[in-house]
Amino acid sequence: MPKATNPDDPDAPDGVQIDLISGERMDGMATMEKIRMILDGVHDGNIVILEEGLTPDEESRLIEVTMAEISPDEFNGIEIETYPKSDTRDSSLLGRIMGGEEAEAKLTVIGPANQIETLHKDETLISALVSRN
Amino acid sequence: MGLFTELKDSISRATDRLFSEQEPKRIGIYGPPNAGKTTLANRIARDWTGDAIGAESHVPHETRRARRKENVEIERDGKTVTIDIVDTPGVTTKVDYEEFTDEMDEEDAIRRSREATEGVAEAMHWLREDVDGVIYVLDSAEDPITQVNTMLIGIIESRDLPVLIFANKIDLEESSVKRIEDAFPQHKTVPLSAKEGDNMDEVYDSIAEYFG
Repeated sequence: MPKATNPDDPDAPDGVQIDLISGERMDGMATMEKIRMILDGVHDGNIVILEEGLTPDEESRLIEVTMAEISPDEFNGIEIETYPKSDTRDSSLLGRIMGGEEAEAKLTVIGPANQIETLHKDETLISALVSRN
Repeated sequence: MGLFTELKDSISRATDRLFSEQEPKRIGIYGPPNAGKTTLANRIARDWTGDAIGAESHVPHETRRARRKENVEIERDGKTVTIDIVDTPGVTTKVDYEEFTDEMDEEDAIRRSREATEGVAEAMHWLREDVDGVIYVLDSAEDPITQVNTMLIGIIESRDLPVLIFANKIDLEESSVKRIEDAFPQHKTVPLSAKEGDNMDEVYDSIAEYFG
């Protein structure tokens, strides 16, 4: 991954780095590798966009690790957005065996809580405001 | 998680439930901060045991440790349902101590934010390991389509836990139960005001039906 932009560095480019991570890149990674990659990017002030999102269990662990890393005046946590799940989603075990899990993969945007603000969200659109700091 | 691991876990959970019929089920009260989880936990505990569970406050993250009230016996239609209630800290993906500085000095605000982050992690751990069912509490005056709600409902569903959604604060003018029903149509939504004690009969009927 390219070197991240540090928002506190006066020589850093005046912008926000966006990392778009493909499902293919995530496929071979363990849960903690995914979480580390996301949080390392967010700590550097980057916006991380996952093509295929995380599983519910990975989301649960992401929240837990994020909480452990929150530090006053340094890191307030993350803002994470993905589309709400559709009403017709089959969440039963059988549904997931039949391929429901594949169909659930949804683009996910993650950024530092103090830099990203959701303006609007519905089942087909996420609109967010990203600031440098 | 692999398909076979998931299948094995699912069968294991079903078997555990089958052979632990005598043990009270642990029902976690989950939701975002300030939804009224502790007010509800206290209402249920006071109604059936006479004791409260924890302190309530309008300041977010008043509950920073999961607290369990054991053997709450709820009587419905001549039958008794015994559950353990686990009141959990509100789940969020961010905690900023400056949220609390209007209410307390900076040192206390920093301490509160540290404890709040530990509490959220604790709540997630309980959800993955130690609850048999979930009461998901939402403030019906707020928009329910937030990432935390979507994620948590997804996590609960992925663990095959029975879940009831409680649309709290129906005493507020801006309350909209329909907004919650529309957001999570796959689950039963029960309207209530834990603070005022409104619609508690339906609350207890639903608890007995889902977790009995």
